[in-house]
Amino acid sequence: MYVAVKGGERAIENAHAWLAEERRGDRDVAELSIAQIREQLSLAVNRVMAEGSLYDPDLAALAIKQARGDLIEAIFLIRAYRTTLPRFGASEPVDTGAMACDRRISATFKDLPGGQVLGPTFDYTHRLLDFKLAAEGETPAAPSRVAEPGDVPHVTEFLNREGLIEEAVHDDTPPPDLTREPLEMPADRALRLQALTRSDEGFALGLAYSTQRGYARNHAFVGELRIGTVPVEMEIPELGFAIDIGEVTLTECETVNQFKGSKTEPPQFTRGYGLVFGQTERKAISMALVDRALRWEELGEDFVGAPAQDAEFVLYHADNIQATGFLEHIKLPHYVDFQSELELVRKLRREAGADQVQEAAE
Amino acid sequence: MQADILSGGFADPAIQSAHAFRSVMEAMARPGTVHDIHGATPPAPLSPAAGAVLLTLCDTDTPVHLAGDADCDAVRSWLAFHTGAPITGPAQCMFAVGTWEALGPLAAYPVGRSDYPDRSATLIVECTELQAEGATLTGPGIKDTAALSLPEVAAFQANSALFPLGLDFIFASGSRLAALPRTTQVT
Amino acid sequence: MTDYNFAYLDEQTKRMIRRAILKGLAIPGYQVPFASREMPMPYGWGTGGVQVSAAVLTPEDTFKVIDQGADDTTNAVSIRSFFERTAQVATTTATAEATVIQTRHRIPEAALTEGQILVYQVPIPEPLRFLEPRESETRKMHELEEYGLMHVKLYEDIARHGHIATSYAYPVKVEARYVMDPSPIPKFDNPKLGHMAAIQLFGAGREQRIYALPPYTQVVSLDFEDHPFEASKADHPCGMCGANDSYLDEVIIDDAGGRMFVCSDTDHCEARQAQGHRGKDAA
Repeated sequence: MYVAVKGGERAIENAHAWLAEERRGDRDVAELSIAQIREQLSLAVNRVMAEGSLYDPDLAALAIKQARGDLIEAIFLIRAYRTTLPRFGASEPVDTGAMACDRRISATFKDLPGGQVLGPTFDYTHRLLDFKLAAEGETPAAPSRVAEPGDVPHVTEFLNREGLIEEAVHDDTPPPDLTREPLEMPADRALRLQALTRSDEGFALGLAYSTQRGYARNHAFVGELRIGTVPVEMEIPELGFAIDIGEVTLTECETVNQFKGSKTEPPQFTRGYGLVFGQTERKAISMALVDRALRWEELGEDFVGAPAQDAEFVLYHADNIQATGFLEHIKLPHYVDFQSELELVRKLRREAGADQVQEAAE
Repeated sequence: MQADILSGGFADPAIQSAHAFRSVMEAMARPGTVHDIHGATPPAPLSPAAGAVLLTLCDTDTPVHLAGDADCDAVRSWLAFHTGAPITGPAQCMFAVGTWEALGPLAAYPVGRSDYPDRSATLIVECTELQAEGATLTGPGIKDTAALSLPEVAAFQANSALFPLGLDFIFASGSRLAALPRTTQVT
Repeated sequence: MTDYNFAYLDEQTKRMIRRAILKGLAIPGYQVPFASREMPMPYGWGTGGVQVSAAVLTPEDTFKVIDQGADDTTNAVSIRSFFERTAQVATTTATAEATVIQTRHRIPEAALTEGQILVYQVPIPEPLRFLEPRESETRKMHELEEYGLMHVKLYEDIARHGHIATSYAYPVKVEARYVMDPSPIPKFDNPKLGHMAAIQLFGAGREQRIYALPPYTQVVSLDFEDHPFEASKADHPCGMCGANDSYLDEVIIDDAGGRMFVCSDTDHCEARQAQGHRGKDAA
């Protein structure tokens, strides 16, 4: 006997209760605090801030806890919260030349003013599981020295002085806002960079990697990668000048890419750019490579059909919140559509005589 | 003066604008039907209906053109305080408000682009009276025919000939409104 | 949820959506871009419909939500409770009592009336998208009214299968101008789109588009003279209420693959049963 399914509401409530229980896990194990996540899973926190487009380590840590460590789910929580926040204004552009760098490396010069600073990097760790961490051993403090005062010049500025790299033209046009205006093609570079900085890290990484393997190769050198804090200033109309409202950690990557030139123009290196919230260097480097690939048109290069060159393809598929929502929606009931397909296929098969063939076989 | 500017907005914006929008939407969806709209008491010469439409649809993202007598200090200040909408000329506006005579010539307003026909102006026409009688209307939103007291006929015929481009009109009189989208055929 | 504004969205967002709805009504079938917001539910789960509903609802409305025609499917339950909490609206499952109906994949069987608004959740608003993935290209096609590609596709179906092989999200032409995606409703529902007394609004959140059909708008399903459009359904009466003219779900009822057919519109089916109509499988 068929009884129509009822009680969706109760099923949902029960699922939520079960989810909360699973989130907590074994109650004999101490509960995670937001501070622990913020301090000890800081790279996850950084990714959630970057792709959630909201710089707030505590909220990102809360989102990670609530999402049971599913970072895309955590990013979603942050995005949904972010859209409800009122907008008081826009900050002044940050000056990454004035960054207090924790890390600053250049692959294009052996040494340079400001020095090479490795910082807290995994780069030269041997990837051996450290069982001491399992024993909950405390880590000894790292040696430190006082930072040298003053700005750290950008590597590309040295190249620019010789005219060896394309000029990054200063532009005071307010950038478009992806979160307040529908995406429109063609997208200018400011809009593309905005989309890339909050794009899914894995998607950006895959695209960047594809350029390295020949799908629109652009011979990228990491001119410079720097991670550190910059002050954020905001102009207050009532005061008539900008004041410091806090600081953010950023990762900036400038790539020096294959040169271009023509009969009339001498050869010059070109640029790719990545700037991401937090310590997120895999993302920043990926962003710079994809940015450079997307610039084929303005640099007079050929479109070779590579995915990383295709702005529509990249921008419409880079956002993991859009992607995961649509991907996962196929879990929702589709039986009405499916029923219409069933009828059509049955009808076509009937007309093709498939039913008779099957009967004969039986 | 200052008090006038501060008053006359929606006392409960979320609820009143929801009601006002339903009136505007019903009017736009069913050309020729006349609807009540409440909640705004704008300074003269704006009608309460025009004021409510502006409060419901305009903000810092929507340049507004004030035509003729509507372009006065009282209206400018009221609009600035309650909506923050920038005041512009007809060529850049998304909304315009004024009497039929003051709003013309219609060629001054954006009618949209052929790839983005939605980027066109909506004109709020202040009318002394508004009745479901007069010119005959046909088109989407109208079951058979409708009628509306329009200031003239030829201009709306020329406008609908531009479809899918064109202007859309909201007629305001006291606390009542009607609308005429570009799809409506007027005879 | 009391910290949030009426109907969740902030007023500026609602104004932006409301402006898009008005332009949509003024240009029937044309997809108006809008700056869709991130909602507290995933993209693809009705964020476009939810934003449109939030922009049109008033506290006096009676709201109904259906998914696959049913009020009790989990996502319909979830969206209904979202608006109960954020907009304090009355809700109903009775089609005739609702003033705003949000739907996914169906048009109710009962004819809608002038006081009603039907809000569709739309996954891919662009009817040409599966023929041309580029937005820049499809926008040009709409601009130039260049719909040959769609006819070629439908004709290729006929050449291969003897029929147009589209059974849902069947494209329509609105007022002889824009080709429009009616959302993934079964083509059985297509004839209800045109000349409907209610206002029809379509919201696609992830794709950032809103479009609309005013009441009594001409909507024609694309077809060919020698292969006219045909609204089809399973050739059975409803097992529960005996209706011969409603769209049916096929339900597998035992391990041997036994099947029965029931109305997909649960309100329609229950109302008929309450009036004493019985199908062959009814208790």
